[in-house]
Amino acid sequence: MASYIGTATSRVDGRAKVTGEAKYAGEFNVPGLVHGYVVDSTIPKGRIARIDTSGALGMAGVIDVLTHQNRPQMPDKDAAYKDEVAPENGSPYRPLYDDRILFTGQPVALVLAEDWETARVAASQVKIEYEKEPHVTDLQAERSRAFTVDAPEKPRGDAEQAFASAPVRHAAEYSIPTEHHNPMELFASTAIWEDGRLTVYDKTQGVQNVQKYLCGVFKMKPDEVRVMSPYMGGGFGAGLRPQYQVMLAVLGACALKRPVRVMLTRAQMYALGYRPASIERLALGANEGGTLESMQHEAIAVTSQFEEFARNDTGWGNLLYKSPNAKFSHKLVKLDLPTSCDMRAPGAATGVYALECAMDELAIALKTDPVQLRLQCYSDRHQGEDLPYTSKQLRECYRQGAAEFGWEKRNPEPRSMRDGSELVGWGMASGVWEALQMPATVRIVLTANGHAEVATAASDIGTGTYTIMAQVAADMLGLPIDNISVKLGDSTLPQCPLEGGSWIASSVCNAIANTARAVRGDLLELAKQAKDSPFAGVGVDDVGLVDGKIVSKRDASCAMPIASAMLSGKAERITREETNNVAEDKSHARNVHSAIFAEVKVDEELGVIRVTRVVKAVAAGRILNPKTAHSQVMGGVVWGIGMALHEETLYDHRFGRVMNANIAEYHVPVNADIHDIKVIFVDEPDAIVNPLGIKGLGEIGIVGVAAAIANAVYHATGKRVRDLPITLDKVIQFN
Amino acid sequence: MIPFQYTRANDVADAIKQIATDPSAKFIAGGTNLIDLIKYDVAAPTRLIDISRLPLRNVEETATGGVLIGALVPNTDLAYHPVIEQRYPLLSRSILAGASQQLRNMASTGGNLVQRTRCFYFYDVATPCNKREPGSGCSAIDGINRINAILGTSDSCIATHPSDMCVALAVLEAIVHVVGPAGARNIAFADFHRLPGNTPQRDTNLEPDEIITAIELPPKGFSANYSYLKIRDRLSYAFALVSVAAALELEGDTIKEARLALGGVAHKPWRSSAAEAALLGQRADRAAFTKAADWLLHGAKGYGHNDFKIGLARRAIIRTLSQAARGTPQSISDKKIR
Amino acid sequence: MTHSGTAAPTGRVATMPEKISVTLSVNRKPVRLLVAPWTTLLDALRDHLDLTGTKKGCDHGQCGACTVLVEGRRINSCLTLAVMQEGAEITTIEGLARDGELHPLQQAFIDHDAFQCGYCTSGQICSAAGLIAEGRAKTAAEIRELMSGNICRCGAYPNIVAAIQQAMERS
Repeated sequence: MASYIGTATSRVDGRAKVTGEAKYAGEFNVPGLVHGYVVDSTIPKGRIARIDTSGALGMAGVIDVLTHQNRPQMPDKDAAYKDEVAPENGSPYRPLYDDRILFTGQPVALVLAEDWETARVAASQVKIEYEKEPHVTDLQAERSRAFTVDAPEKPRGDAEQAFASAPVRHAAEYSIPTEHHNPMELFASTAIWEDGRLTVYDKTQGVQNVQKYLCGVFKMKPDEVRVMSPYMGGGFGAGLRPQYQVMLAVLGACALKRPVRVMLTRAQMYALGYRPASIERLALGANEGGTLESMQHEAIAVTSQFEEFARNDTGWGNLLYKSPNAKFSHKLVKLDLPTSCDMRAPGAATGVYALECAMDELAIALKTDPVQLRLQCYSDRHQGEDLPYTSKQLRECYRQGAAEFGWEKRNPEPRSMRDGSELVGWGMASGVWEALQMPATVRIVLTANGHAEVATAASDIGTGTYTIMAQVAADMLGLPIDNISVKLGDSTLPQCPLEGGSWIASSVCNAIANTARAVRGDLLELAKQAKDSPFAGVGVDDVGLVDGKIVSKRDASCAMPIASAMLSGKAERITREETNNVAEDKSHARNVHSAIFAEVKVDEELGVIRVTRVVKAVAAGRILNPKTAHSQVMGGVVWGIGMALHEETLYDHRFGRVMNANIAEYHVPVNADIHDIKVIFVDEPDAIVNPLGIKGLGEIGIVGVAAAIANAVYHATGKRVRDLPITLDKVIQFN
Repeated sequence: MIPFQYTRANDVADAIKQIATDPSAKFIAGGTNLIDLIKYDVAAPTRLIDISRLPLRNVEETATGGVLIGALVPNTDLAYHPVIEQRYPLLSRSILAGASQQLRNMASTGGNLVQRTRCFYFYDVATPCNKREPGSGCSAIDGINRINAILGTSDSCIATHPSDMCVALAVLEAIVHVVGPAGARNIAFADFHRLPGNTPQRDTNLEPDEIITAIELPPKGFSANYSYLKIRDRLSYAFALVSVAAALELEGDTIKEARLALGGVAHKPWRSSAAEAALLGQRADRAAFTKAADWLLHGAKGYGHNDFKIGLARRAIIRTLSQAARGTPQSISDKKIR
Repeated sequence: MTHSGTAAPTGRVATMPEKISVTLSVNRKPVRLLVAPWTTLLDALRDHLDLTGTKKGCDHGQCGACTVLVEGRRINSCLTLAVMQEGAEITTIEGLARDGELHPLQQAFIDHDAFQCGYCTSGQICSAAGLIAEGRAKTAAEIRELMSGNICRCGAYPNIVAAIQQAMERS
C-alpha cells in the first residue's frame, strides 16, 4: 500500500463543502431559536448617557433588549475574561458590562427577537445618547507617545556605531496600514440550552479556548459548556480570541433560557481585532564586500487603550542574516480602538516586508544582485540565540525559485524591461516563520471492522486539518483512508491548541503517531493471545500496521489481520489517547523558510499594476499533502498580493470611524487580480524538529510576498513606495 | 433598517398612482442599490412598489434608426444584446466594466441611472452628509476623499455618480423616457443628472413620482472608433477612480466628430462641448487628444486624497482617445491597457 | 456634549407590516412561505427553508457568497426580496447534485482543490454554473473577469479557474 503521507490527496471534507452540507456556526436552525442583532456604538470614546429600548420592545416579535443596564450578572474581575491569547498586560473588553465606550462599533445593546428580520428592524429603533470624550485613532499623529515593550531579541555589539561607520548604508521608514482579516463567514454563534447544559456553535479557531472563556465569564463548570466548530469559514487569526458575539449569544441564552443565535454584520466585524498598523524603521550598514555590519529594526504598532497586544515584528533579521551588530525594539501606541490581534503571520508579514524591502534597497546601494546579497549575508545559525537550525534549506529555495522564475535574465537597471505600454519589474524577497509544536492529544478508536476514528479538539479553518489527520492516521494504522473518520471542532474531544501559528499539523500529526503506536501496542498484545501466535516475544517497534494487518518488520510473512488480532483478544475496539512529545530541546532554532520571486507589469503612463507571476519556493520540512499544501501557500501569496496592492482599513480620525467597513471598499484581491502562482516545495528532511519532520505552512505563504512585489514595482518603475498599499497614485506623480 | 410594506404595480399607470398616494414609497426594480441602502439605513422608504414585472423589457430598433431600451432590461441582457454589441459596443463594454455579472443580471437599465453615490460618508449614517441629511455638512471635503469628485463640485457635496453605463450613455446622447402624473416626457441625458450645487440630496431631474420607462439611443453608435477605459484600485469588481468613454468619427486621420465623457470624477458623467469641439477637424494624434483632455478637465479641483485624479484623468483621456482612434478598444478581460 | 447616535434616519416607529405569502420553486420543489416584506431571498433560504448551503458573507452584494441561480441566471440572493421572486425557479447549491451524483463543477472543485474554508464555495459553484450557461467565457482571462464577483479570501482563485475549465471541457 502506498503511503498517504506525501501524496496529493483531495480534501476528505470536500464533498460536504461543495454540496453545501458543511454547517457553519450560524447555520444550526434549532426549534425555538431566538435571533440576536447587535446595536453598536457610533462614537469611539465616552459613555452611554441614555438608552431607550421602548421602541424596539414595542415591536411584535421582539422578546428583549439587553443592555448594560439590564444584562444578567457578570463577573467584575479581569481574570474571568482572560482567554488563552489575551495579552498579558491589560483588561479584556467586556461586552455590555457598563456605560463606557472604548471604541467605535462596540456592542451597546443586543436585540432578541423571534426572527432575524424582526431583530434587524427593531435594532434601528434602539435610541442611544452618548456623552462624547476626545479620542485618538491616528498612529502617525500619536507616535511620539509610543512606549517600548519587551524587546523580542537582545542587542549585539554596538549597532548605532557600526551603522555610522559603515561604508554603505540604507535607512528608511516603511509603513503598513491597519488590515482586517475579512474571513468570508460572518462571525456567528448559536448557543443552545439543553437540560441546564449549554452547547455553543461558534466561529472560532479554538473551541477549548472559547469553552474555558465561557466557563470563566458565566461561572459554569467545564462539563456544562460544550463548544463546537465543525467548520469555520476562514479565520486567519480573527478567531483566535473569543469574539464578543459568542459571549452575547450565551448571555442571551442565559437571560431567556432559549437557544440564541447572534450573527454580526460585515461592518460590525471591523470592530473586532485587526492587524495593527505599524511603522517600521530599518537601518542597515554594510561593508564594501557586501556583508552586513549593522542591522537595526524598530517597529511602532497600534494597540488599544485597554490591552497591550504586541508581536515580534523586528527579530526576523536575526534568523536570516549575519550581522555582528544588531538592535531591535518594539513599541506600542495606545489608541481608542479595539485591541489589535494576530492576523496571518503576525509580526512577520509586516516586519519581514520592511526588512526585505530594506535589503533590496541595500542591494541597490551596493550594486549587488538582491539574491546575491542574501547569499552573502546568509546565516546558518540563529544570530540572536547563536543556535543551528534543525534544518534550513533556504539556499535551495533561492536557487530553485530563481531557476523557475528565470531570474538570471533580469536586467538589474530599473525601468529597463518593458512589454509594450507596460514596464516590467522583477523583485524578490525572503520569507521566514517559526516551526513550532504545542501539546496536543489525539484519541484513536479502532474497531474490529478495520475502521478508526481519530479525534482531537482542533479546528479545520480551511487549512486541511481533517485531511492530513486522515492521511497520517491511515498510514500509521495501515488502513485505507476511507476507513478513517476524523472528528474535530468539539471542546469535549481531547485537548488541542488553537489553530494558529502554523503549529497544528506538527502538533496533531505527531500526536497521531504516538497514539497509533499505543494502538499498535495494544493490537500486538491481542495478537499474542492468539493460539500459536507468531508474535510471541516481539516488541511494539518490531511490528508495523500495513494493509489492515499487523506485520513483523523482520519477517513480512509473520502477519495477522487486525480483525483476527482483535477477535483473538476478544476486543471489539481499542481506544487510546496520547500526546505529542513537545521537545524541551533548546539546542536548535526551528524555522520554516521561503524565497519569493515576483513579476509586475506597470502601465507606464497610468500606473496600473498587475502582478503577472509569482514563484514561491518553500522549505517547510515534510509536506504531508502536496495538494492542500499548495493551496495553503498559494492562498498566502494571494494575501501577500492584497497586502502589497490593495488592503487598507481607512479611518476618519475626526470621527474615529472606519470609513470602508465593507468588502466593496476594503479591497481584497478578486479573481481578475490573480495570475500565475507557482509554488515549489524544496526537499527538506528534518529528523530534529519533530519525529515526523513537519514544520507547518499556515503563515509562511504570505511572508515576504509584499516585499517581493514592492521590490518588483521599484525595478519596473524606479519608484520606491514604502507605505503600503502600493496604489497607482503612489507609483506615479500625476500632477 | 425600518420596516416597510411591499406592493406590486400592475402597469405603469398603476405604479404612478401608487407612488402618488405615498410620498415615502419608492419604486424597486433590480434592487441592487436600493436594498443595499435600506440595509445601511441610508434609505428608509415605508413602502416598496415593485415595478420589476412591468412590460418594459424590450430592446427594439426605432423608425428613426435608433434603439429603444426598456427600463427593466437587465444590464447583462443589454450588454449582450446583438444590436447593442454590434451597433453600440461602447455601451456594451461600459456595462461590463461595472459591478459583477451577478449584479448586472439583477440591475435594470433604468435603475442604473438612479443609483446613488458610493461616497463613504453618504453610506455611514453616523457621519454628517448633505446628500443624505441636507444641512448636516459635507464630511468628505476634509475627509477620506480618494474616491470623490474633482469636477462640478460644490461646497455642499463632492460625491460622484458611480455608474459606468451612464458614462457611455452620455457619450451616445441617450434620451431618457419618463412618465409621471402629468404624462410622458423625454429628458436629454445631459440634463438627467444634476450637479450637487446646494441641493446635493437631488441626484437627478427625475421627479419622485415619475418612472423611467425607456432609454432611447440615437442612431449614431460609433462602433468603429470607441473605447471605454476604467481605472480602479483592483482589476475588477471595484468602482472607478476615473473612467473614460470616447467615441470618434474619423475620415482618414481627421476627426469628423468626437464625444468624450468621464466617470468617477463628478456628480454626473462629465462632458465638455469645448473639449469635443477642440477635436473637430484635427488629426487624431496625441497633441489633439492632450488639448481635449485639458479642456475636459478645465476647472478641475482636488480635495487632498483625490488630487491625483486630475493628472490620472488627463492621461486616461489621452489613452482612451488613442485606443478609439486606433480602433482597438480596451478589452474587459485582458487587463493590459494597450 | 451630547451626540445622537440613533441609526434610523427618520426615527419613525413603524407598525409592523403584515407578512406576505410567497410561492417559490426551490431546487425543483414548490415551497410556500410567509415572510416579512424585507426578508431577502438569502434569509428565506437560510432561515425559513434551512437551506444553509447558500452563504451570507456580506449581505450587501459585495462578496458573491450568496450566489444562487434564478431561472438559470446567477444573482446575489442578498439583494433581492423573497416576495419579489414569487413564482421563480431557484436553484441553490443543494440542488446541483442529482441522485447523489455530484454536478461536474462540484467534482471539479474537489479535484482541483478550488476551496479551503468552503464558505465562498457554494457561491463560486453556482456562479460558475451561471457562467457556463452564459457561454461568454472561453479563455482563462475571461473566466477570471466573469468570476470576479465571487471573493475567495482563502485565495483559491487559480484553482477555481482550473476547476471551471475542467467542467467546461466536460460539459
